[in-house]
This record gives sequence, C-alpha cells and structure tokens, in this order.
Amino acid sequence: MKKLIIGLALAVCASGTAMAQERTVRIGTEGAYPPYNFINDNGQVDGFERELGDRLCEMTGFNCTWVTNDWDTIIPNLVAGNYDAIMAGMSITDARKEMISFTQRYKPGDPSSFLALEGADESVMTGVVAAQSNTIQSSYLADTPATLVEFPTPEDMVAAVRNGEVDAALANSAYLSDVINESGGRLVFVGEPLDIADGVGMGLRQSDNELREAFDAAIKELEDNGELQVMLDKWFN
Amino acid sequence: MCYLTTVKHSMFYWSFGIVLALLALTAPAALLLGFLGAMAKRSQVAVVRWIGSIYTSMVRGIPDIIFFMFVPIALGQGIEYVRHKIKCPDVTEPIRQGNDFVVCAAAKFPLGSADQWVHQTYGFALATVAFAFVFGAFVANTIDGAMRAVPANQLETGHAYGMTRRQVFWRILVPQMWSYALPGLSNLWQILIKATPLLFLLGVQDVVYWARELGGSKTSRYEYPHGDWRLWYFMVLLVFYLLMTWGSEKVFRRLSTRFARGQATQAGQQHLEAKA
Repeated sequence: MKKLIIGLALAVCASGTAMAQERTVRIGTEGAYPPYNFINDNGQVDGFERELGDRLCEMTGFNCTWVTNDWDTIIPNLVAGNYDAIMAGMSITDARKEMISFTQRYKPGDPSSFLALEGADESVMTGVVAAQSNTIQSSYLADTPATLVEFPTPEDMVAAVRNGEVDAALANSAYLSDVINESGGRLVFVGEPLDIADGVGMGLRQSDNELREAFDAAIKELEDNGELQVMLDKWFN
Repeated sequence: MCYLTTVKHSMFYWSFGIVLALLALTAPAALLLGFLGAMAKRSQVAVVRWIGSIYTSMVRGIPDIIFFMFVPIALGQGIEYVRHKIKCPDVTEPIRQGNDFVVCAAAKFPLGSADQWVHQTYGFALATVAFAFVFGAFVANTIDGAMRAVPANQLETGHAYGMTRRQVFWRILVPQMWSYALPGLSNLWQILIKATPLLFLLGVQDVVYWARELGGSKTSRYEYPHGDWRLWYFMVLLVFYLLMTWGSEKVFRRLSTRFARGQATQAGQQHLEAKA
C-alpha cells in the first residue's frame, strides 16, 4: 500500500513537471509548396519545413502539431490564435513584420526566377507575369513594368503558364526547378535569377516572446552544428 | 490501383461525407431559424418584429462571404474571450495586443493540446452555425411570403369559429403555407448544396480542396508523380453535384404533391380530380 502511494505521488509529480515544460505548439503551413512543404500521399505534411520543424520541436521540448491553412489567410489566422507559428516558406519582409514577428532565418534568401514556355525570350519578363498573391514576388512585380496577374496557389500559377494564359511566372527558384525538371522540356527558366528575398523564417505572433526565444536558440544551434545545412542539402540539393 | 487507395484519397472520399453531414445539419437548423425568423416578423410585439426584419434584411443585404468569414471568427473569439474572463481572472495583460488576439492557454477553445480531430470538429461546427445563420434569413423570408399567400378568408373563418390566434396559426396557417413555401425552399436547398465549397474558406477541408490538392500536378517528391489531373477530379465533383441535384428534385417533387393535398390551389384541385 505504502509503495503504491509513493508510486502514485511520483507519477503525479512526473506528470506535473512534464505538463509545465510541454507547451503545445500548433504550426501552420500551406501544404502546397514542395519542397518546402506539401501533403504527401499519406495525407501528412511533409517536406523540408516538416523535417526542420519536427527537429526544432524535439529540441525545445514543445509538443507540435501541424495544421494546413490557405496561404492568403495564413497571417490573419496566426494573429487570431488559430495556430502559434507559421513555417510555410515565408520570406522575412518589412511589410510582414508589421503584422507578425519572425525568428532568425532558417534558410538563406532564395533567388526567384521567371518560368516560361520553351522558346520564350527575355521579353516575357515585362509581359503578363503571374505570381502567387501576397508573396514577395507579387510585390516585386507590382513595381516593374510587367503586368501582374495573381493566383492563390503556386499550382494555379504554373497552370496559367502552361496554357498560355500568362507569358511567364515569377516564383521561388527551388520550387520552379522541380516543376521544370519534370515538364519534359516544355517549361524553362528565363533570364537571370533575382535576389529579392531576405531569407525564410518562422512567423510568430508579435506578443509571443517565449516561442521566438526558444526557436531562435534552436535554429542557431542547428545552424552552428551543421545539421541545418544537411537538411538544406537534402531538400534543395 | 494503389494510387486510388492512398490515405490522401481516403481523405478525399471522407470529405464527401463531411459535405453531406454539413447539409444534413444545416438544412434543419436553417429551417428552424427561418421559421422563428418568419414568426418574429409577424409578431404583434414591435421589438420582436424589428429583430426579425433586421435579421433578414441584414443577411440579405450583406455579401454572404462576409458572414461566412465574420460569424466563425466572432463566435470563436467571443467564446475564447468569455473563457479567458472566467478561467484566468488574474491575467492582467490585455487580450488585444497590437494585431494579436491573446488569451491564456486554459481559455483556448478547443485547448491547444487537443487532438487535431477536435479542432476539425470545432471548425466544422462553426461552419455549420455560419451556414445556418445565413440560410436561415433566406428561409425566413420565403416562409414569411408563404404565410402571406395563405388566403386571408380561411384565417378569418378560423377566428369566426372561435379559434384563438395561436390555434389559427398552427392549425390553419402553418399546414397550408408549406405548399407555397416549397418552391422557394427547394431553390434555397440547391443554393446551399452549391455553397458547400465555401467550407474551405472556413478551414474545413472539403471535396473541392481535396480535388484541387490531389489533381494538382505532382513532381517526383511525391510517391505517384503525375501531371495536372484537376480536370478529372473536378469531373468527379460534377457527377457528385449533379446526382445531388437529381436526387433532391425527386424528393421535392414528392413533397410538393404531398403538401398540395386538400389545398385550395391548382395542384390541390388535381388531387381531388385524380381521386374522383
């Protein structure tokens, strides 16, 4: 009986301390931007950010769950508290910093490139150009002579290039190179890659200092011990 | 063959159930809300009448999509606000911090630690409320119109026989008004069926979301790479929605013959003649 009581007391204490450390963190992502994040055939979030995010949660001791959300409402739903963090290939920009805060970047600024049908020349870069709405690419295009057409998902944007609805699309080079490799030569890069991104970070509520400090430290550690580079090489060769 | 049985595909099949469940829950809820709304509009108490009119004209005048966004957010934050006040009375930090809506962890609803299915069910419930709220207003107007269409002489006859207002309402007005309300209600039902893809706006992964996700071209990062197959997936949806329409038209035809029985309308007359 005595043993049982002690055992119970220990169990209660153990669960008590575990509770204190384990904050549940819901991570929101788009699930439509391979290799950053996508939904695999098991219906699970997969990709570079899934692997990195899970590792960060393991290091910080948070209990993480993944949630998918439409790109266009991904920031409003974060500030409304539907989830606690965004890992969705989101570039750190000043405009976004007005709404949310970011951790340090976990991926250096990714170049953006123009995608067009084969045989296109550089004139398409100033023609009708597609971009995903609310992205750095769409705000970049808005300041160029090109006519900007916005699409809600990267998939729709690529489809518009394929069927000639637009002359070209501007998007993250890593995303586009997969698309180009598997297009059987129908799609090509046009022009030189642009350096318009400051790097990709995790988006957090401005009031959430606890998460920012924890994740910042964890990302720093992965960066220093080279683990982050291994992941980057694996997903972005 | 393996392709069509992936977990992701079963989520797609499951989402048809979600759409059907939404219809099954929203339709009766909207009907009830609409009935109450129509009663409110006919009420003798001015305040109740105003509430009825404000409800219907507000929903009918403002774009649906605003309500679909507003109702779930307002309801969700309202619930969390109340829970925050009750569960964490000693937290002094404001709930609105700049852009952020911050309540204490215990006030989160559902709790952050809850399983994903709890969150999904909650989102679904909010969606149902939003749909019922919007469609209830349209139903209220349809029913109100149907009630006005019932011949006034019949109601007067009821009063002359010494029935109370309540008796006239339930025994004469309501049984007869269905026949007039049905065409309008069947319209609303069709619109409701068509409106279900709006579910994705509310964060519920419905048939359209999965069709887009599964049909979108897949690179070799995925197990089964393929091109843009969205057309085929949308064809499946087309068949699904056509079947829904076909089925509901049959049901409504039956209902309208049923409700026409004994009515002082052309359809009711045909009933009598068929019997004779």
